[in-house]
Amino acid sequence: MRRVARIAGPVLIVVWTLVPLLWLLSLSLKGGDHIDDGRFWPAAPTLHNYRTVFRTDLFTSALRNSIGISLIATVLSVILATLAAYAIARLDFPGKKLMLSVALAIAMFPTISLVGPLFDIWRSVGLYDTWPGLVIPYLSFTLPLSIWVLSAFFREIPWEMEQAAQVDGATPWQAFRKVIVPLAAPGVFTAAILTFFFAWNDFVFGISLTSTGRARTVPAALAFFTGASQFEQPTAAIAAAAVVVTIPVVAIVLAFQRRIVAGLTSGAVKG
Amino acid sequence: MTAAAVGAPARAERRLGWMLCGPALAVMVGVTAYPLAEAVWLSLYSYRITDPAGRRFVGLRNYGVILTDHLWWSDVATTVLITVVTVAVELVIGFAFASVMHRIVFGRRLVRTAVLVPYGIITVVAAFAWRYAFALDTGFVDHVFGLGHLAWFGQRTPALFVIILAEIWKTTPFISLLLLAGLAQVPGELLEAAEVDGATRVQRLFRVTLPNMKAAIMVALLFRTLDAYRIFDTVFVTTNGAAGTETVSFLAYRQTITRTALGLGSAVSVLLFVSVVLIAVVFVKGFGVDLARARGER
Repeated sequence: MRRVARIAGPVLIVVWTLVPLLWLLSLSLKGGDHIDDGRFWPAAPTLHNYRTVFRTDLFTSALRNSIGISLIATVLSVILATLAAYAIARLDFPGKKLMLSVALAIAMFPTISLVGPLFDIWRSVGLYDTWPGLVIPYLSFTLPLSIWVLSAFFREIPWEMEQAAQVDGATPWQAFRKVIVPLAAPGVFTAAILTFFFAWNDFVFGISLTSTGRARTVPAALAFFTGASQFEQPTAAIAAAAVVVTIPVVAIVLAFQRRIVAGLTSGAVKG
Repeated sequence: MTAAAVGAPARAERRLGWMLCGPALAVMVGVTAYPLAEAVWLSLYSYRITDPAGRRFVGLRNYGVILTDHLWWSDVATTVLITVVTVAVELVIGFAFASVMHRIVFGRRLVRTAVLVPYGIITVVAAFAWRYAFALDTGFVDHVFGLGHLAWFGQRTPALFVIILAEIWKTTPFISLLLLAGLAQVPGELLEAAEVDGATRVQRLFRVTLPNMKAAIMVALLFRTLDAYRIFDTVFVTTNGAAGTETVSFLAYRQTITRTALGLGSAVSVLLFVSVVLIAVVFVKGFGVDLARARGER
């Protein structure tokens, strides 16, 4: 009985997490005639929908925008957060707790509350429907997240090793580069992955602050996708696009599973 | 950097600390406090983007309009319902997941990877998967479970069921990983001692395990409650707010962006912000959630 439970538990978890993904994949492989057949698996799998998606400018430009905007927001956040987290972990100054509290408070901010004013301001200063117009609001959630995760990671670094290396004759720069950087790099990398996930996931800013392929991101484009032609249902094409943007997520999770779990739990990141 | 390390005046260390934190703090405050202040200011006006000339100061009238409107309260009720059910169910499922992952021997890596996928996937993508699964035309649920032609999105209860299911699927992994970390901190000796003393499994769970992971549970609860209360993406994709599934975030979006009624919309946004702050205060003051202590900060 106990052995059954020991196997059944993990199997149930995997089934529960993967069924919706398999369903999307199966839907994306269904041809136009089979889309309404009410079955889980495709009767005659076809890659037609993937061809449609990659021929659709709205999707390809959204993919470009999403990757570019998310990467810029991630890099900016991680750089600023690394400086702050270093100070929080290593220096003794009265603002430490304040920094973490501010980061936490802002992480819990309802993003939709910023949309109205930003919509108004961006339209008057010409940032509406541009990359910076999304990168800037993205910082409101990516930066607190990076600070939170990085300061948790940096706390665990044995900083004395830097001095030890200097005692052994290393220059400060050598000590930093050869000792601290290798110790800090995994944490920085993990923070970058989590931050990227959050930026990549944004929908609220994506639909509110863009109007065309110039800056519209993938989640927003998916929601407004109407199909290759007026007469074709967009369902299967949306499913194909959804699968395409999920592949990188699955790849990253597969490659860095342990680090992501460590980053999530040590920093008690929001979901 | 080195000056601080060799014990130079604390003032230098303090200055360096602020220099390093300054840019991040300035950016965080700049991108949130400024728009929020603007929202408060806008909320005092009657202002539609399509009619800038008609903009006029109305004081607190927008708030009066909202708070006496039936729609606001029904949206609040919907949001609270979604939040409470989602968080309660995923706390239970999340704990079950965490227990399985805590004891797992084979396939540890596979299970953790599987659990992380819903966490990492785009919310909109997940919402589409659930919407298409339940849809009358493309769905398989009615067919596979022999439900005939049940229109899930046509009525409030079934529509909310799908929305809540989608949210639970997407966010349970986060809770389960936090609880897994909490489980790892329950002292093994305590559990053994309880077993030696003849405590049943249920007693050990409620008397030893759960009290010892209270901090992790409260953190998970706080984060997820605040997050669930802001629900927007899933509602947008599945029902677009129809069939009585509109939430507070969706109302704010509809007023500001769809109707371009910036004054009224901003007032909704400010009220949403205030309710999120209230929830956080209740957790921190009422339940004594100490986030700094929960993550081992001195």
